[in-house]
Amino acid sequence: MLKRKDLLGVQDLGREEILEILDTAESFHEVSTRNIKKVPTLRGKTVINLFFEASTRTRTSFEIAGKRLSADVVNISSSTSSVSKGETLIDTAKTLDAMAADCVVIRHFASGAPHTLAKLTKASIVNGGDGAHEHPTQALLDAYTIRHRKGRLNDLKIAIIGDVAHSRVARSNIHLLTKFGSHVWLCAAPTLMPPGIEKIVCENGELLHISHSMDEAVEGADVVMMLRVQFERMSESFFPSVREYFRYYGLTTVRAERAMPDVIIMHPGPMNRGVEIATEVADGPYSVILDQVSAGVAVRMAVLYLLLGG
Amino acid sequence: MNADEVNTTLDRLAHEILKKNNGRPVVLIGIQRRGVPMARRMAIRMAEKTQREPQIGTLDINLYRDDLTRVASHPVVQKTEVPPDIDDRDVVLVDDVLYTGRTIRAALDALCDFGRMRTIQLAVMIDRGHRELPIEPNFVGKKISTKDNEVVEVKLREIDAEDAIYVMEKI
Repeated sequence: MLKRKDLLGVQDLGREEILEILDTAESFHEVSTRNIKKVPTLRGKTVINLFFEASTRTRTSFEIAGKRLSADVVNISSSTSSVSKGETLIDTAKTLDAMAADCVVIRHFASGAPHTLAKLTKASIVNGGDGAHEHPTQALLDAYTIRHRKGRLNDLKIAIIGDVAHSRVARSNIHLLTKFGSHVWLCAAPTLMPPGIEKIVCENGELLHISHSMDEAVEGADVVMMLRVQFERMSESFFPSVREYFRYYGLTTVRAERAMPDVIIMHPGPMNRGVEIATEVADGPYSVILDQVSAGVAVRMAVLYLLLGG
Repeated sequence: MNADEVNTTLDRLAHEILKKNNGRPVVLIGIQRRGVPMARRMAIRMAEKTQREPQIGTLDINLYRDDLTRVASHPVVQKTEVPPDIDDRDVVLVDDVLYTGRTIRAALDALCDFGRMRTIQLAVMIDRGHRELPIEPNFVGKKISTKDNEVVEVKLREIDAEDAIYVMEKI
């Protein structure tokens, strides 16, 4: 049973807790297939989406998840709120708490922002992405998609390729997948691979592999997860040109053929077509990128239910 | 009740449902968890009698509970699978024990989100009284009088490895 007030990261989640979220999500997926996509479970609960960074799918996904459970969902983005008048994050959170919000989903450019708020609020805090630290619901929906396609989360070879340096998705996925005993291959240009990344896994450290060769990482992989090159976080140049990046670290049909014949291709979105992934791969038969989006709604419904229901 | 009595009771319930519905096909919807194997077994019996297998579905009512904020830990949400073309059909809800009626209230709310059925009927193995809502079953396996401090447990071999019904005092 999920007995916690907040969901801040995958790192401190146990295997049983993760499985409980995934199992609950399986049941919630059915609600999205109905004609009337709504159940009264969280009637009278208030969920606030507090987003300090641009987002389409995570914010919309949480909003739809909350609404399908009959919660009232309020969206706040930094540009249209008092944040632009100079209010501190803590004051904003205390204000929302005083309005008796039951849950605040926060996305913030600073790593650890949700953890700070969690100590100060009565409301449950859900981390919707903090800096380059964690994005737990993304890792959970990725796990849901992988389990759905592969039937398991253990003993898989999973290649995570791209801008590891700026990626909270990579970090949350490393934690989750090594917890279940899968091999994670991180692959990036040396400038986009943070030194010491292998130390973030506490147990099963031997399951994390580092490589700068994409062919080596993709070879025999069950899952290939591409990461977006986060140009907006780059103040300096990390590689000579987009064309050169694509040549070394872009996923093409030819490269994908090195993976297992039943490989699935994942991407957390939004995609830079022609930078980290070729269009024919993104739209190809092995791509599960849109399944990930559907899974996101079910997983977020499960998270809201497990934190707020009961 | 022992295994034989459980099976005879299911037989009789299946027979009564067929008779009451005059040969019109019904949809059996089992309420998670023990209503599900009950519905499945009754469907097999009805198929033997009419050479036509009734459609079956499952319903989890936890998303519709009126006491979600009061129960200590959230109940585990199981699968809901309702046949898609349920409009204008005759539906029989199947559950093991009818007590306060709150589960059935939630089940009715849940079913109404899937469409407008022609009729919704209720079949239960045990009616133990103590209703808190105006709900009455159409088909009853056995009516027993119980005290508030007693628990009625229906065991089915699909879930509990035996067929039996026990009335016990709450400890």
